[in-house]
Parts: sequence; C-alpha cells; structure tokens
Amino acid sequence: MFGRRAVFLLGLLACACGREASSNDDERTLSLNGAGATFPFPLYSKWIAEYHRLYPNVRINYQSIGSGGGIRQLVAETVDFGATDAPVGDEGAKSARGPLLHLPTAIGSIAIGYQLDGMPGELRLTPGVLAGIFLGEIRRWNDPELAAENPQLALPDRNITVVFRTDGSGSTAALSEYLSSVSPTWKKQVGSGKSVRWPVGLGAKGNEGVAGLIQGTPGAIGYLELAYAKQTGLSRALLRNRAGKFVAPSPSAALAAAESVEMPEGFRVSLIDAPGAGAYPIASYTYLLVYEAPRDAEKGRALARFLWWALHDGQRYAEQLDYAPLPATVMRQVESELQTQKLLDGV
Amino acid sequence: MRLERYAWRRLVDRAVRAGCVLSMGLALLPLCSVLYYVFSRGVGGLDLAFFSELPKPVGEPGGGMAPAITGTLKLVGLSCLFAIPPGVLAGVYLSERGETRFGRVARFAADVLSGVPSITVGLFVYAVVVTTMKHFSAFAGGIALAVLMLPTIARSTEELLKLVPEALREAALGLGVPHWRATIRVVLRTAAPGIAVGVMLAVARAAGETAPLLFTAFNNRFAAESLFEPTASLPVSIYTYALSPYEDWHRQAWSAALVLLLVVLLLNVSARLLVRHRVGGR
Amino acid sequence: MASSGRTVGGAASLLRARSKLLARLGSERNWADFLFRRVTWLCALLVVTTLGSIALTMAIASLPAFRELGAGFVFGTVWDPARRIFGALPFVYGTVVSSLLALLLSVPVSLGIAIYLSELAPDWLRNVLGFLVELLAAVPSVVYGLWGIFVLSPWLRDSIQPLLSDWFGFLPAFSGPAHGFGMLAGGVVLAIMITPTIASVGREVLRAVPLSLREAALALGATRWESVRIAVLPLARSGLIGATLLGLGRALGETMAITLVIGNRAEISASLFAPGYTMASVLANEFSEATGELHLAALAEIGLLLFVVTVLLNLLARVLVFRVAAGSARGRP
Repeated sequence: MFGRRAVFLLGLLACACGREASSNDDERTLSLNGAGATFPFPLYSKWIAEYHRLYPNVRINYQSIGSGGGIRQLVAETVDFGATDAPVGDEGAKSARGPLLHLPTAIGSIAIGYQLDGMPGELRLTPGVLAGIFLGEIRRWNDPELAAENPQLALPDRNITVVFRTDGSGSTAALSEYLSSVSPTWKKQVGSGKSVRWPVGLGAKGNEGVAGLIQGTPGAIGYLELAYAKQTGLSRALLRNRAGKFVAPSPSAALAAAESVEMPEGFRVSLIDAPGAGAYPIASYTYLLVYEAPRDAEKGRALARFLWWALHDGQRYAEQLDYAPLPATVMRQVESELQTQKLLDGV
Repeated sequence: MRLERYAWRRLVDRAVRAGCVLSMGLALLPLCSVLYYVFSRGVGGLDLAFFSELPKPVGEPGGGMAPAITGTLKLVGLSCLFAIPPGVLAGVYLSERGETRFGRVARFAADVLSGVPSITVGLFVYAVVVTTMKHFSAFAGGIALAVLMLPTIARSTEELLKLVPEALREAALGLGVPHWRATIRVVLRTAAPGIAVGVMLAVARAAGETAPLLFTAFNNRFAAESLFEPTASLPVSIYTYALSPYEDWHRQAWSAALVLLLVVLLLNVSARLLVRHRVGGR
Repeated sequence: MASSGRTVGGAASLLRARSKLLARLGSERNWADFLFRRVTWLCALLVVTTLGSIALTMAIASLPAFRELGAGFVFGTVWDPARRIFGALPFVYGTVVSSLLALLLSVPVSLGIAIYLSELAPDWLRNVLGFLVELLAAVPSVVYGLWGIFVLSPWLRDSIQPLLSDWFGFLPAFSGPAHGFGMLAGGVVLAIMITPTIASVGREVLRAVPLSLREAALALGATRWESVRIAVLPLARSGLIGATLLGLGRALGETMAITLVIGNRAEISASLFAPGYTMASVLANEFSEATGELHLAALAEIGLLLFVVTVLLNLLARVLVFRVAAGSARGRP
C-alpha cells in the first residue's frame, strides 16, 4: 500500500512538472533574468512592470543585489544581464567569458540623506565636512565645523551615526571616488572602490537597507540614490560643487553634470565632481551590462528590444522617479551601439 | 539551630523554584512578543491581493506575494521529493546495519551534517549546482533544503525503526515474506506515523530557512513557470522587504511572516497531535 | 489525473503478475533483497558523500586564499576588499563574542527551564510548557530577524542601552553611542534563538537520570532542590555541557536573524554597543557579489572555518550528551 501510493504520488508530480514544461513552449514566454545595482532598481522595476503590461510574454526578473553582485553573476553566467553604476574594471572583466558591453540607461544622483527628526531647513555640506563625517572626525551634529556652514540651522547635540553599504556597490564606488578626489586623508586612509573599509558607522544592505536604517535611526546620515531618499521622505543635504555652489540632488543637476562631461567610446565614464556650474558632484550613469555575444541569441534580441523601448518610451518614467534621462548625444551613441552590435535585427 | 537551618534550606528551595519559574517566563516573553507583533502587524495585510498579485514596482504601494507563496510551496515540494525517499531509506540502512563499520560512519556523517550551518549549505549548492547549470533555480533551492532535511529524516527514521518490535519483523519473515517486503510493508508501515512526524518537523524547519536560498533559488518578481528559473520564496521576500525603506513592504513582510509562522506552527502542532494520537491509540 | 491513476493501477497489476511469476521461479527473494539492500546502502552513502563533498568543495574554493594569505588570514584584523587585504579576525571575533554573549544570557535561563520542566512543574503544565519551548525553536530565523529590526533594536536603543550606559558606562563594554543595532542586539537575538535548544536537550538529559536517585535523596530528607543538586546535576553535568555546546553550535552558524541586527561592520571593538560582523553574516552579504578571485577565496575560507568549528563543536556536544544517556541506561535497575 505504502509503495503504491508513493508511486502514484510520484507519477502525479511528474505529470505536474511535465505540464509546466510544455506550457512554457506553447505560450512562448521568454524569461530574462538579471541582477545588479540597487541604484536604478526603482526605475528598472517600473520599466519592467510597464513593459510586461505591453508585452505579457516577456518577463524580466531583475533582482537588486548590488553592482558587485551584478558583475559577478554575469561573469559566472548565472544571469542573462547584469547592471552596475561603476563601470567594470579591467580585473573584473578579465574573468568574463567575452567582451562586456556597458549600455547607459539613465543618470542618477547619490543623495546624502539624514534623519534629524524632521529638523526644518536644508543642511549644507562642504566636501571637507562630508569627508570629516565619513572619516569619523566629525562625530556630533553640533560640531563647530558643521555649524559654521549652517548658521541658520538649530543643529542638535547628538551623535552622528554614519550608515554605509555592506554589499559591493556602485554608490559606494561613486561616493568613495568623490571623497578621494576632495580629501587627501580619505584617499590615503580609505581609498575608493565598490566596497571599502569604513572608518565609522553601521552597515546596511542595498540602497533599500541604507534608506531603511537612516529612517529608523535618529541622528543617522548616509548616502543613497535620490529616488530612495525621496520615496522615503528623507532630508537631503546640499553639497558644494566644484564651481563653489551648493546644489541639491535633482535630475536637472545630474543632467548638468552629464552634459559637462564628454561621453567616450565604450561609455565608461565618471561624472564625479563634474565641472558644470549647476552640476551635482556625486552623480553617475547607470549601466546595463551584457555580453557582446549573448549565449542565447533569442534572449539577446529580446533584451535589446527592451532596451530600445527603455531608451525611448521608457525615458519618461526616469524623471518621474528622479533619475535624469540620457542627454540627446549619449542617446544617439547608445542607439548606434545597439545597431552596430547587431543585437537588434528584430526591431 | 536545627530548625533555623531547615528554614534556610526551605528558603533556598523556594528561591530556586521561583528562579526556575521566572526563567520559564523570561523565555516565553520573547515568544509572546514575536507572536503578538507578527499577528497584530501581519493580519491587516492578509487580503486577496496579498495572495494573488505580483509585487508592485519599488516604492509603489499595493501588490502581493503570490510568486513567493507558490515559490515556497515548490521549494518545499522539491526538497521533500529529494530528501524523503533517500532519508527514509538511509534510516532503514542505519537501523538494520547501523552497527557495521560503514553504518557507524554513515550515522556519524548524518550527525555532523545536521550541525552544518545552513549558509554553508547554500555556498555548497551554489558552487556545485548553480554554477554548473548556469542559472539560479527552484531546483537548486530544493536541493539546498533537501541537504538540510536529509540527516534529520534519516536519524529520526532510524530511531523510530528501532522501536518496532523485532518479533513483528521475525513473524513476517517466518511467513516467507522476502526481506525487502517485510521491511517496507511491516516495519516501515508500523513506524509510518512516527516517521511522518520526523518528516513534518524537518519540513517545518526547511520551510523557514532563508540563508541557503539566497544563492540558490534567488528571487523572482514573477511566478516562475519552470523549476529551472529563479524562484521567489516567503523567507527571502521577508528578508528583502524587511530591509527596504517602504512602509507598505514592511507591512507585507509582517504578513508574510504571519503566513510562514502559521504554516510552521501548524506543522509542529499537527506533528505533536499525531504523536499523541498514536500513543493514545495503542 | 484520472488517466495517470489508471496507468499506475495498470502498472501495479502488471507488477503483481510479474512478481507472482518470479516468485514461482523462486528467484525473487534473492535479487529483490539484494537490490533493496543496495538501495538503502546507496542512500546511506549519499549522506556520507554529501558531507564529504561539502567539505571538499569549500576546501577547493578556499585554496587560492590559503596559498596567498596563509595562516595570517585568521589573525588579520583588516578586511578591505578594495585594497585586497583580507583578515578574518573581525568576523571570528564577532562570531565568538555574540555567541558567548548569547550563552551568558541563555544558559542560566535554559537550565532553569530544564530543571523546572523535568523536576518541578506539575504534570499537566509540563507538556504544555515543553511544547511552547519547542515552538520557540520552530520560529524561522528570518522572523526573529524581522522582529529584531522593528521591535528589539528600537527597544534596546531607547530603553536598555541608556540604562546600561548610565549604570555601567565606566566599563568599555557599555560605552559609546547606542544605535540599537550592534553586538548587544545580536547577542540577545541569538540568546532567544538558542534557549529552546539548550532547554529541551537539557530536559532530556535530566530526565535520563534514574528516578531512584532522586527518591533516595528525598527519602534522606532533602528538599526538592537539594535532591536535584545532590543526585541529578552531578550525573547530568557532562550532558548539560553538551546541551550548551549544541546551543553554541547553533549560535555560531546562525545567519539571518543576526545579519539583520548586528550592524555589519568588520571591526573589533570592546563595546557591545558597537556594530560587529559575524562569519555567517559576511557570507550572506558578500558571497553573491565578491568580484575578485581572492575575495571569493577568502570568503570560502571563512565558510570552511565556520564549517570546521561548528562540526567539531557538534561532535563534542553529541559525545557528551550520549555519555549521560548511555550512563543512565547502565545505571537503571
């Protein structure tokens, strides 16, 4: 009895699995799997939801595990595409199966978000003060250096809790690159990279985690993509840019940064500390990362089609979600890249 | 003098008893707190959308956890498929030939395996299954959970089979029934309710595991159509939603925790009742 | 479904016919028994090979780290992937301190529960409470993590840590800013999670001590507690240590709950308020995204280290618990 029932159950299971496999073929559903940066996740997840509504048979699963994770999983070929904000370094690209393509999709700003129980007014930060906070030299909110720049604010007598990213992150790369460029001490002590050794603070996973931790911790300050800071209603500091102006993070300030920097071939470029007068100093392109020669041609085409849609119809969602759309010149470069790579024969 | 001493001894006795009751209370306090928060914060979010809809894009309120619920069912189903037959049969081996040299090695291995941290199992399955198959999948997640269940099932089956009276097996063999049939039809069947209890407890543990799924089943916004795609699960969804900054996702994380907790507690309680029923029935 | 049922039924009747035939031929017993033995043997072998391949995989994956970093890896205090400096000591330290803190908080309570459940509680309560304690063990780790983030950490930050630093602020362990998240929160969550393990194994150990010993002590005029202290605890001591080690093993390997509350910062700090990092959490956070080969190998070596330590602890614990159980079996009249 025992045995027969087991055989029956196994048979049932086999039928269920078989049906699942066959339905896959009938409807020709195409599943694309991607992973990477958390920075553009709000935008990508909006794109994916909209695109799924237009083309219900294309299902794109994007998991925000951090830029480092996106590169690593693409190199291990466990995903169809990766995503990163920091262009892949030569060491990372070395172990990949073939040449990688960086395709910029939008521009984002890294906001310095803080939580002071809704203290009114805007916090102004100079590069030196920002470096001081992240180095742990400025430890209290009413520190004289901090107060000197913000005479109009009633800064509380409270500990500063720095929040940083524990995962390998393009946002960390951007911030640490910025701090390295403005502070020699930072450059010597910490340096730059997707994960660095933080002198002080608490770690959180992903932009989501940083936003959550800042939100739940009075006195916290950290860096995160503008969309997350806005969605969660965090206060955002003004940063003094290279031109000496205090600039709030915004799509237009990010665009100003992008327009003041020329886009090279291959799209690997940094927008850190850009020279434009209205430029926000910590902005970054965010890239989709694919193999030049996709293993599965059909998936490669589907992905290229999605990208084409994202670059055109999709760009209007960018500004709604506080990303800057690509400048027109860059857009043309990406278009021609997609066409020369012959990824797009179906469009 | 003597009486005083006795009074002192009684005082110590009372104090120790009070301490024991106190520690009982101390341990139940967090249980009550966890249950209270999971129920009070989770119950409001259990609507139709939670069970039937896909997650919304980041930051937009609404949506549900349908992929995570079906994903957890798939993962648990697969892990049962992978772990129960070999687990029970390994238990049979241990109970019949457990005193041979290889039997001792196998029992030892099962004990060691049940102490391996679940995150290590995740790394192992990532290295062996995910990187060779080139994708995250429910299949890989099922294997990871099965590795966690296997030793528990094997050892609990062994213990239960040892309780089956030897006379029963001998009677069957004496009637001319072949050895394998006597084992399956008489011994295993007699011990079946007990084995089921062991299996249920193993399933309850596996259903709540998160760490081994992070690098194996991964996660999916959609309900995976095949078993060879990344698959969402309740524990991983709770983890990612708990880390997010969005109120609505926190609410859904509590609801998912409530569902998961109910499933796990239900399995535990019914395992308990099964034991009692069986004991009472005899 | 109906059709598959019919097919299975058909197959079963076929099988029956065939087995009748074979039985008549008198050969079934031999080959079927042989096959059955082989299959059960293979299943037992599966357990052994799984364990072996876990150890082997981790060892192979960590080879580059062994070669390049050597023994200094375990004692290095700096973990800086950007500069390719990999020292595991902060994680080892975080794992050890959070687990010891958990033991410190949990062992007295667990022993109290074990003694209460096996010696003192009235019969009707015993089952109910024992069941509740086991339920505590069944709550998934991620649910404790969720509770840890939203309930425990804010409570520690706002109520407990200010008190501790007022009273004991002169101790380095209770100094520094209180974030809620940190080593203390990690230790408390772990303590809650291992209490049921220690308590229920401890209860089994105490139960294994023969009743006659207690009765003898009581007959000599001992109070309940004295009978436990004189007659039960000395015999159960090694088993109780074993139960504690099992709890420790669980604490060392615990991942999700502690990752969510410990603060995730690779630093060795004397203060329990400061954030820390454990071996399991660094694996959960960094494994899926380590890009450099050395970084990956270093993580694998942490995994290997964790594996070896927990395995050894579990073994020791089992030997100790087993000894009490075996001793009681011998001592039974």
